[in-house]
Formats: sequence, C-alpha cells, structure tokens
Amino acid sequence: MDKRPMPHDTALLRVDNLKVYFQSDGERARAVDGISFEVRQRETVCIVGESGCGKTVSALSILGLIPSPPGEIVDGEILFSGQNLLKLDEKAMQKIRGNQIAMVFQEPLTSLNPVFTIGDQLGEAVRTHKYMDTEALKRYMIQLLSDVGIPSPEQRLSDYPHQLSGGQRQRVMIAMALSCDPDLMIADEPTTALDVTVQAQILELLRSIQQKRSMSILYISHDLGVVSAIAHRIYVMYAGIMAEQGNADQIFRSPRHPYTQGLLASLPDLSKRGKRLYSIPGSVPNPAYKPKGCPFHPRCPHAILTCRKEYPKMCDYGHGHLARCPVLYEKIVHSK
Amino acid sequence: METKTKNNSIVLRLEDVKKYFPIRRGFFQHIVGWVKAVDGVSFEIEKGKTMGLVGESGCGKTTIARLILKLLESDAGKIIFQDRDISRFSEKEMKPYRKEMQIIFQDPFGSLNPRMTVGQTIEEGIRILGNKHAKTRKKSLETLLLMVGMSPDSADRYPHEFSGGQRQRIGIARALSVEPSLIVCDEPVSALDVSIQAQIINLLKDLQDQLGLSYLFISHDLNVVGYLCNTISVMYKGQIVEFAPSEDIFNQPHHPYTISLLSAIPDPDPDKKWHIKSSNGPIGDSDGFPEGCKYQDRCFMAETACRKDKMGFEKVGENHFVRCWKVDKNK
Repeated sequence: MDKRPMPHDTALLRVDNLKVYFQSDGERARAVDGISFEVRQRETVCIVGESGCGKTVSALSILGLIPSPPGEIVDGEILFSGQNLLKLDEKAMQKIRGNQIAMVFQEPLTSLNPVFTIGDQLGEAVRTHKYMDTEALKRYMIQLLSDVGIPSPEQRLSDYPHQLSGGQRQRVMIAMALSCDPDLMIADEPTTALDVTVQAQILELLRSIQQKRSMSILYISHDLGVVSAIAHRIYVMYAGIMAEQGNADQIFRSPRHPYTQGLLASLPDLSKRGKRLYSIPGSVPNPAYKPKGCPFHPRCPHAILTCRKEYPKMCDYGHGHLARCPVLYEKIVHSK
Repeated sequence: METKTKNNSIVLRLEDVKKYFPIRRGFFQHIVGWVKAVDGVSFEIEKGKTMGLVGESGCGKTTIARLILKLLESDAGKIIFQDRDISRFSEKEMKPYRKEMQIIFQDPFGSLNPRMTVGQTIEEGIRILGNKHAKTRKKSLETLLLMVGMSPDSADRYPHEFSGGQRQRIGIARALSVEPSLIVCDEPVSALDVSIQAQIINLLKDLQDQLGLSYLFISHDLNVVGYLCNTISVMYKGQIVEFAPSEDIFNQPHHPYTISLLSAIPDPDPDKKWHIKSSNGPIGDSDGFPEGCKYQDRCFMAETACRKDKMGFEKVGENHFVRCWKVDKNK
C-alpha cells in the first residue's frame, strides 16, 4: 500500500485497505472501499468528507460497531497497538472499547439517556472498566467533570441531561470518553450541532486535554475550517475512498486532488464577494451505484478517458502528502 | 435605527418589534415570567439587497422570520412592508401581501409534502397567483424548474427521489412560484454539504440578479453571510447588537459579541492563527439581567456600568450601529 514517511511501529492505530459493504434489497453499497490511514501517538488526525462518504462507517468499524447484517467488513486490517481488532472476539473487544478507544458522538442529547442523571451515566462508564468504591467514584467523577470545564461539577452529577446546555452535554460526553484514560479518542462530528462560540470552546478543550493526557484523537468532520484549526494530519474522503492525505499546510495550500481543490474553492467567505462561487457540479454518488474507475470522475474538471476505466492509484508528492489522482500528478510532474 | 428618511427603495422595515412568550407553570398555568424572544428589533432591507441575520441558536432569529411572515403576531412595534404597516393586519387584509413574501426553510427533507409530486407542490403557488389555464400553468412550472436548475420532467416525481440539494432547489422554486418580492431564507444551506452549498448560494445570487429579489438571510454561518449579504445584523438574546455593511462587520467589528463571534470561526487558512477573543462562558438563562446589557455575563469588556446603564443603538460610522455602552462612550 502507501509509502508512509514514518516507521510503522510509531502508529497507535493503523487501518489498512479496509472495506465495509452494506447489503440491502439485493444492492451492495460499498460504503468504505479500501481505505488506509494511521493515527500516531499524541496526534490529532482528521477525516473530512461530505455526508455519505464513509467517515462514520470507518470510525464505527474501528470499534467493531458495524451492525452485521446488513454491514460486513469484507477486507482489511485494523491494527491497534499491534493487534488486529478485526480478529478479536466480542469479549476482548469490549475491553478495548471505552477503555483504550473511546468515542464521542455528534448529537449529545441523543447519546445521553434522558432518564438517568449525569452521575449515573458517568459512573456506569467508569465502573464498567474499573473497580471503585462509592466515595472514590464520586471524587473521580467530580475531577473528570471539572477537567472538561463544567462549572460546579458536584451539583451537575445529580442533574439530568435536559438540564444542561448543548455545549455542557458535549463536555459530559467527553468526560465519559476520558473516564478510562483512553489512548485514542474518536470524535465523530462532536461540534456540528453546536454554535460557533461553543464549538470554539469544545475544540479548545480537546486540544488542552490532548496535551495533558498525551492522547491521540481521530476527529471526523465535514467542516474544513475546524479541521484546519486542530489537525496534525488530514485525510480527505470521497465516496468510500481516500482522495488525499497530508498535513494542514499541504491540504489547504497545495491541494493535489481535484475534489479537495473543488471543496476549498467552493467555501464562501468575505474575500470572494462579488465573484461567482466555484461549485463542484453534480452530487455525491449513491454508494450502491458508484461510477466505475475513479468515483469522482463524473464531477471532475480534469477527468480523461482512463479515469472512467481505471481505479486511480495513490500518487506521492513527498513529505507524507499523497493524492489519488494520477492525471493531476502527470500534469504537475510534466510542468516541472 | 436613525435613518428615518422616506425611501422607496426600502422593501421591509421593522421598528422596535417585540415578541414575548409567556412561561407558564403549575396546574392553572399561571404566567410566571416572559421569554423576550424578540425585544425591540429594528432594521430595514433595501430592494434587491440581502440582509444577513446572524446569532446563536435561541437568539430569536427564526421568531423574527415568523413575525415578518405573520405566522406569529408581534406584541409591539411596526412591520412596514412596501410602505404599509402589516403588523396589525387581519388575515383578509394580509392576503394580497402573502404572496409578496415567501420563505425557504432549513430542512429540505421536512419542508416538502412527501405525498405531492414536485409539480403539484410548485403549481399550487402558480394557481394561487390566479393562473387558471392548465396549459399556461404547465408552461410556468417548466420555466420555474429550469430557473432553479432542474429538468422539467422532474415535475412528476416525488420529493424522496431527490437529494438534499435538489430538494432545496424545489423549495426555492415553490417560493418563486407566487412571484414574491421578499424571500426569507431561514438557514437554507446549513443542512447541505459543502459542495452542494456553493451551488445553492450561486443559485440564490443568480435569482436575485434576474428577478430583483430581496432576501432576509438567516444563518449562523458567518462565512456564508459575509459572502452573500450586503448588510448584516448581529443578534443576541432578542436584540440586534450590531448592524453594518458586511465589510464593516468583518473588518471593524465594534460590539464585543460580534468580535467574539468572528474570532470563533475556524478559518481554513492555516496561516491565520485561530484565537478566540473572549473568555465567554455558556449562554446563560434568558433575561438573567433585568437591567443593563444582556451580554454582560459573557463579555470580555464588561464593567460595572454595563450592569445598570441602558444602552441605545448608537451610530459609530456610516450606516454602522452598535448597542454597547463602552463603544459609544469611546467614540
């Protein structure tokens, strides 16, 4: 597969050629179609892409949470600190889930149970993996809640989820994810439902937690702005494949995949006023009817005949910057 | 706002509009307090121009949209639409004005009737316009669909057959079907993917150029608002705290809330260091402060005076107004 600049043993999580297909009504939706990525220690890695590109499915398959049927992991490896998670049984997986890999979801209101207090739910998360007596547990929970910046944490323990604001609920979810001191936190669009000012606070919180706990974060988002603010490395997904990968500088300053280029050009802002906004024509393909060859070719301004036939190969631009578009690669190499 | 000049180029003007919702408690549903959803809002929209209304969720943006469209009755103030105060109009008096203003909703999935074909949905408006002949109706239906970038044969299909972006186009065609002069866009692109968002923004702009529409564009995405709008009103807890042309809001924001809002936008340019300019806490309970500034608990410039003084909406520049005690004392 891809040539990586860093030796393989520094990777905490390494996903290799993962394929997740969904079967329904005789149709086979190739939600994730051979993606590879890695998360190193103390690193924030972002996966960006539009809805339906397979971001969330990739995250869920790391935790073994793909409902099967209809879902099926057809191929690939998920190596977490050296062991292949796909080979583990449910019992072994449960020890890892929540304990070493924790997840924060998009909608904090639906991921908290409305009929239990914050204390009940946080306590349950802790006790699943650790033994603690009631006093110690309470002290630990208060510590956790104050770590994530919740004011007067002692009173919050007896509150119900509806009594907290959206931002505070997300903080509780983060506290829950932190409760077992995980090595990797997977955050699936944790700030999408929040206001910009609250989003900024949550991102700031994630950043400070990561520094304090030397944890890795796999952050899934559709918001390029958020991604550029927090990511060490970025993977751009499109229709189940990895279109481009690199650091924030490479992705935002010299994007090498037509899809990434199109996405960046179509972002509105004040400086583009008066000019017509670039827009990628067409829409994201249905995963069950993905075009042959490069899945982006029907929307691509650079597409040539081979794009329709051949699955594009990854092209290396050096320093960890890779893009799956041989056409642009040719053009850039020839112009040099 | 101070600009009271009679001007025919103004499509819509709000003057000190208020809407309070009662908070009821107990068995007898006694009123125990009021939520000041809209608390003295004034602004105006020029013909063929777009005004952006930004603010956090719960600040009263959507309530304003509903007040303008008379889906809600305002408690006080004037809503002047095409030189007539419509705020106290009866249903009957309102009727001719209804088709002059339309709305585009945020959720392209929930805002179309799943049991009506696209054609039926859009044609309903054309029929209301008084177009009696089936043939001419069909003709205008086709024109509308082409106008929003859809093929005429999509008229016989149902909403579920379309993607989010296409549905939003259908919603726009429906709004246009009665030939309105003002369209209220309530977060029309926030449910869409980035690549689709740009298509819809371009469409809204094209339609404005072609038809001379005026937009009230409600959004929480400042980048979209900055790109699309001529003027911007920043709203906080039912009040407009700053109003100015887009460039001024972005380049010389005065109100501390505007400043913190702008600093909170993560910029996709890795060169720009992202730094949030305030230590503001979570948004507090509505109306925790009977006196003084509503933003005082989160403000990074707050002083004792902010707790008591009543602030006016002061002019700080050409067509630039701010509701902040500190700003107008400095000027």
